[in-house]
Amino acid sequence: MNGLAMLMAKRIGLGLITLFAVSVIIFAALELMPGDLAEQVLGQSATPETVAQFRKELGLDKAPHIRYFDWLGGALQGDFGVSLANKRSVADQLAPRFANTLFLAALAAAISVPLALTLGVLAALYRNSIFDRVANVSTLTSISSPEFFLGYVLILFLAVKNPIFPSISNISPNADFMEQLYRTMLPAITLTLVVTAHMMRMTRAAIINLLASPYIEMARLKGVPRWRVIVRHALVNALAPIINVVALNLAYLITGVVLVEVVFVYPGVGQLLVDSVSKRDLPVVQACCLIFAATYVLLNLLADVGSILSNPRLRHPR
Amino acid sequence: MSYFVLVYYGLLIAASCVTAHYKMRSPFMMLFSLTIASAFFGLLGGEDWLWGITVCAALLAAAAGLAYSFREFLGMVLNPDASYAIRSAPLTASFGLLVVLVYVVAALFAPVIAPFGEAEVIGGAYAPPDDKMILGGDQLGRDLFSRLIYGARNTVGIAFLTTLIAFVSGTLLGLVAATVGGWVDQIMSRIVDTIMAIPQLVFALLLLTIFGANMTTLILVIGFLYTPLVFRLARAVAGNIVVMDYIEAAKLRGESTWYLITREILPNAAAPLVAEFGLRFCFVFLAIAALSFLGLGIQPPTADWGSMVRENATLISFGVITPLIPAAAIALLTVSINFVVDWMLHRASGLKE
Repeated sequence: MNGLAMLMAKRIGLGLITLFAVSVIIFAALELMPGDLAEQVLGQSATPETVAQFRKELGLDKAPHIRYFDWLGGALQGDFGVSLANKRSVADQLAPRFANTLFLAALAAAISVPLALTLGVLAALYRNSIFDRVANVSTLTSISSPEFFLGYVLILFLAVKNPIFPSISNISPNADFMEQLYRTMLPAITLTLVVTAHMMRMTRAAIINLLASPYIEMARLKGVPRWRVIVRHALVNALAPIINVVALNLAYLITGVVLVEVVFVYPGVGQLLVDSVSKRDLPVVQACCLIFAATYVLLNLLADVGSILSNPRLRHPR
Repeated sequence: MSYFVLVYYGLLIAASCVTAHYKMRSPFMMLFSLTIASAFFGLLGGEDWLWGITVCAALLAAAAGLAYSFREFLGMVLNPDASYAIRSAPLTASFGLLVVLVYVVAALFAPVIAPFGEAEVIGGAYAPPDDKMILGGDQLGRDLFSRLIYGARNTVGIAFLTTLIAFVSGTLLGLVAATVGGWVDQIMSRIVDTIMAIPQLVFALLLLTIFGANMTTLILVIGFLYTPLVFRLARAVAGNIVVMDYIEAAKLRGESTWYLITREILPNAAAPLVAEFGLRFCFVFLAIAALSFLGLGIQPPTADWGSMVRENATLISFGVITPLIPAAAIALLTVSINFVVDWMLHRASGLKE
């Protein structure tokens, strides 16, 4: 048990170091900006006094490493500075949007995880059947299509031709749960299509790998019914790869969310990020990137921890 | 109940019975589940949905027929070895090959094929399709079809260039890391791990904010972000080669690192790297299309599929499919390349499950 704790501590420590390195990269990106930030924002006509004032306001007159720790310290306490574009606090803009994005991702995950696992196990069981082939081609198609293509196809068929869902997911802050669910459905379905395809293919591969192992053959030869082989013998051992698959795909959701939010004009972090990039509003971009990257790193960490916990062989590395 | 519905179900049920009678298990399962699904969708959405299913089935059948003929054609034209390989390929793979070929031709001969210029204004804004403009006009009245053809050149060309950059740098660095080993390898691998810890799209957005969004920065940024993935593969592949005896022999002969990399390791690592190229191209292509769609990639008036979707996106709320056409062009190419790569990987793995 001590070894396990050590292993977990090591992995979590590595994750924290990665997070730290990521924050350094995101911060250092600002330093790489060609020219002076103050002059870029204020424009050519700014007097030296206003430039100096602006630099002082943003703390640009301090040394980079001091500014970095100021920024990181603020970020850890939920203070991301002020937006360059509208002078509002970044944290205030971010908080409701982050909740919306989480809601969208959670809804997509809630639909896609059970669906993908069931379909993946079925495809593995009936592999090379017509069902498996159709599933193979359609998942490949859905993975290869850009998210915005799937999104617009869904808008065309489920919002315009058959008005079942709204085509634009504008969520007012005081909408009740059902209203929010209804308006989030279409973006969630789009994300589900992409992520389910990924997850299903990976689940299928994991199970097929497992079904080829000798102890499964042994169970079959001994006369154990097919469903029992799957449930009692295969599924338990497939847990590690499946946990991995789920966590990796949730991490994938983070990237997919950006495009889908833009397609459906969904008020989330991704939309804010894209808007701020075109306005070159650096504090907001940094905050959004930090949030996305942190979630991504944490989910990857979760995948590793999950597979260590569910696989005894990883607990005792030789 | 119209005649169409009667004929539709009549044909499906008759075909199901015939396949069942001749013990064709898979076609029967497919036809019969299609019948049940049609009944469900027919009740849900009426006759329109049945028409939709018929059109989809007809399109699929046409694609399958085309792929089959193309495979036979290739089988007859190519030399015996390649011919054997192509005849054993699934229909999806030959369909993918055909589509890739069409795209390459469109990209190479764009000015000859396209009826109008890339940025030429022909008719009114959002003009409906007519004899002159077979797909209609875009938001400025430019011919959509011509822009689609030029888009093949721009979008695919840029994606190809970017993949090439990522590949050359990634392979080179990966081979150096594997050959030199030691702390060089350690440092490079840690840097790569850190870069890969940030989601690529988000990292690309961050870098584009800093360097400004234009075509050159786009190519460099995406090339830089996809280098780590190639690096990892190249390093893993080379890692298996470096321990071989002939590398040891070359080292003892006193060959330089550069000689080892280019003459001894690269030729042996080429096969998996080439297969990887197709797959990476898809991801790079999708990333560039996504950034262009967000308005941060290829800038107007250059015709490009991602930005064409964005420019015409408002039309979708009127039920016009214009914005879907360039998006479908993107999807079709990536799907096709994936089909081909899937088949190649299947072949490489020794045709076993």
